[in-house]
Amino acid sequence: MKRIYVNEEWCLGCHLCEYECMFANSGLDEMFKLKGRTNEFIPRIKVEGEDGNDIHFAVNCRHCTNAICVKSCIAGALSKDGEGVVRIDRDKCVGCFTCVLVCPFGAIMPAPDGKAAQKCALCTDNIMGEPNCVKHCPNNAIVFEER
Amino acid sequence: MMNMFIPPEYEVVRNADLCIGCRVCERQCANEVHKYDKDLGKMIADSTKCVNCHRCVCMCPTHALKIVKSDDTYKLNYNWPVRAMNEVYRQAATGGVLLSSMGNPTENPIYFNKILVNASQVTNPPIDPLREPMETTVYLGKKDVEIKRDAQGRLKDTLPPQLRLTTPIMFSAMSYGSISYNAHESLARAAEELGIFYNTGEGGLHTDFYKYGKNTIVQVASGRFGVHEQYLKTAAAIEIKMGQGAKPGIGGHLPGMKISDDVSKTRMIPKGVDAISPAPHHDIYSIEDLRQLIYSLKEATAYTKPVIVKVAAVHNVAAIASGIARSGADIIAIDGFRGGTGAAPTRIRDNVGIPVELALAQVDERLRQEGIRDSVSIVVGGSIHSSSDVVKAIALGADACYIATAAVMALGCHLCRSCHAGKCNWGIATQRPDLVKRLNPDMGKERLVNLVHAWTHEIQEMMGGMGINSIEALRGNRLMLRGVGLNETELRILGIKHAGE
Ligand code: SF4
Ligand code: SF4
Ligand code: SF4
Ligand code: SF4
Repeated sequence: MKRIYVNEEWCLGCHLCEYECMFANSGLDEMFKLKGRTNEFIPRIKVEGEDGNDIHFAVNCRHCTNAICVKSCIAGALSKDGEGVVRIDRDKCVGCFTCVLVCPFGAIMPAPDGKAAQKCALCTDNIMGEPNCVKHCPNNAIVFEER
Repeated sequence: MMNMFIPPEYEVVRNADLCIGCRVCERQCANEVHKYDKDLGKMIADSTKCVNCHRCVCMCPTHALKIVKSDDTYKLNYNWPVRAMNEVYRQAATGGVLLSSMGNPTENPIYFNKILVNASQVTNPPIDPLREPMETTVYLGKKDVEIKRDAQGRLKDTLPPQLRLTTPIMFSAMSYGSISYNAHESLARAAEELGIFYNTGEGGLHTDFYKYGKNTIVQVASGRFGVHEQYLKTAAAIEIKMGQGAKPGIGGHLPGMKISDDVSKTRMIPKGVDAISPAPHHDIYSIEDLRQLIYSLKEATAYTKPVIVKVAAVHNVAAIASGIARSGADIIAIDGFRGGTGAAPTRIRDNVGIPVELALAQVDERLRQEGIRDSVSIVVGGSIHSSSDVVKAIALGADACYIATAAVMALGCHLCRSCHAGKCNWGIATQRPDLVKRLNPDMGKERLVNLVHAWTHEIQEMMGGMGINSIEALRGNRLMLRGVGLNETELRILGIKHAGE
């Protein structure tokens, strides 16, 4: 399956991907409408490395082949779809956050309302259709490809 | 004593309705213009530090930023424009020579823009480059060889070494040091993919790039940085740099700040110490001396590589070129007064040298008159803006063009002309690792390849329009050119007629 891969050598730590992720999942039609509302959203991709560090890289869900989050979910809210994308069903999630604890990449996190977990579904769950973070990364530090 | 405040020429303007406070601009500006202000709870900008490189404008995800020409002005004065006044203030404060980078931005005429190209109508039909072959391959080198035959009467191959270009465009000299490792890699890989050449400049060749040797022209300049046997042998051709269009008559100065470990190793000079290239080659004071160096280099490489001699376009360039053609050089490169640089004294950049169009026309004419045009190829550079400039240059007599400013623009350069500060926000004219990283050579190579492909298509279109199907048939074909708004002297020097004639 096509996955997002990280070329940490080229990551600038610019954090654009985080904002593009926020926008993609916000349901807003214009990015600038995030103005004053960025605290209402939590990006599903996270840039590691403080400002000023030499190394940065952006991490989101790896869509693991044997996803430990799926196995550990007590409510059956996490599943792998036919394509291999790990998805969360908000309605089934009971907010125990076991998945948050077990994900080795820290790629699944509580949603801003704190009631359920949220995670990257490669922008197949919003109007973008293809990963918006990858589309806007200025330096090809994240790529969406089959390997 | 406090220095007099000089108002910035450009101002950073943020549209508060669009700014979402992502701080991308702040992270991307190495000049520390943008900052999130905690007290005000919003982004602010200090325009006095801005060099107008447009990095933040390009990166802002909501397009909230623009850079505008400041409307702050001194009392309007035709004789003392703001720039001239500010330069006086700057020098009064520092006592120093003014430094600039990139090409001459002043209002001297751009002759390419006053030359128009012909097209076929009725009598000799145009050619459609999409349906018929259109040859853009060019061979650079000496062509005037004696025809020799062996005992059986078969022709002997006496042709001296040639450079084969798939299109009449090459990347001109930019040294590792003045530009970054990633910029260098982008150029080298693009040249390889395109079947053309890039040029190391006077900074030596990083060992990582030896693998691109067959697409590399190595330079031997007055500082002789990084010149050794392997360097010469790795290359496809060797260029002796006598002068540079942006700063004819003076040498080079790479600030110690840009001499990193790798640059120091490649140049074979100490780290962190300014690298000075002298104005003259200390062993060249005549055409005979030049001939000695040319033949030393040929000897060192067993006569397998063409030698290029690069000169700045100056007043008596035609006579100089004639000397060079007779000195054994295979190719003459002429660099016009608008050519770029990583750093040059402002006065020299803006006032010394002549337009390359005039220099080229005169050199070609002189070499023809003397019957030695075939003993050298001519390559011109110094602000080739587009494919039509390439076409015009070839019709004026060039064999190929060198591009550098356009090439770095393909890599992201926005001509902020602050290369000498070493903090290029686009990762091109810098050695700071965090900035160099901003230029991913995979992307850089792709953009260079795109640019040259696009230009090549356009060259083919224009040639087709003229009913010409090979570069050979365009070279020196000045009948294909007409001048507009040029006086008699200019037309005579260019060797072209006025439009309508
Ligand atoms: S947008 Fe790209 S370069 Fe910027 S932080 Fe994200 S992955 Fe890194
Ligand atoms: S959320 Fe974590 S464990 Fe689950 S598939 Fe993604 S990376 Fe793997
Ligand atoms: S990059 Fe644009 S949106 Fe982000 S803080 Fe700067 S001006 Fe605002
Ligand atoms: S120096 Fe460049 S990045 Fe910084 S504010 Fe000016 S234009 Fe933007």
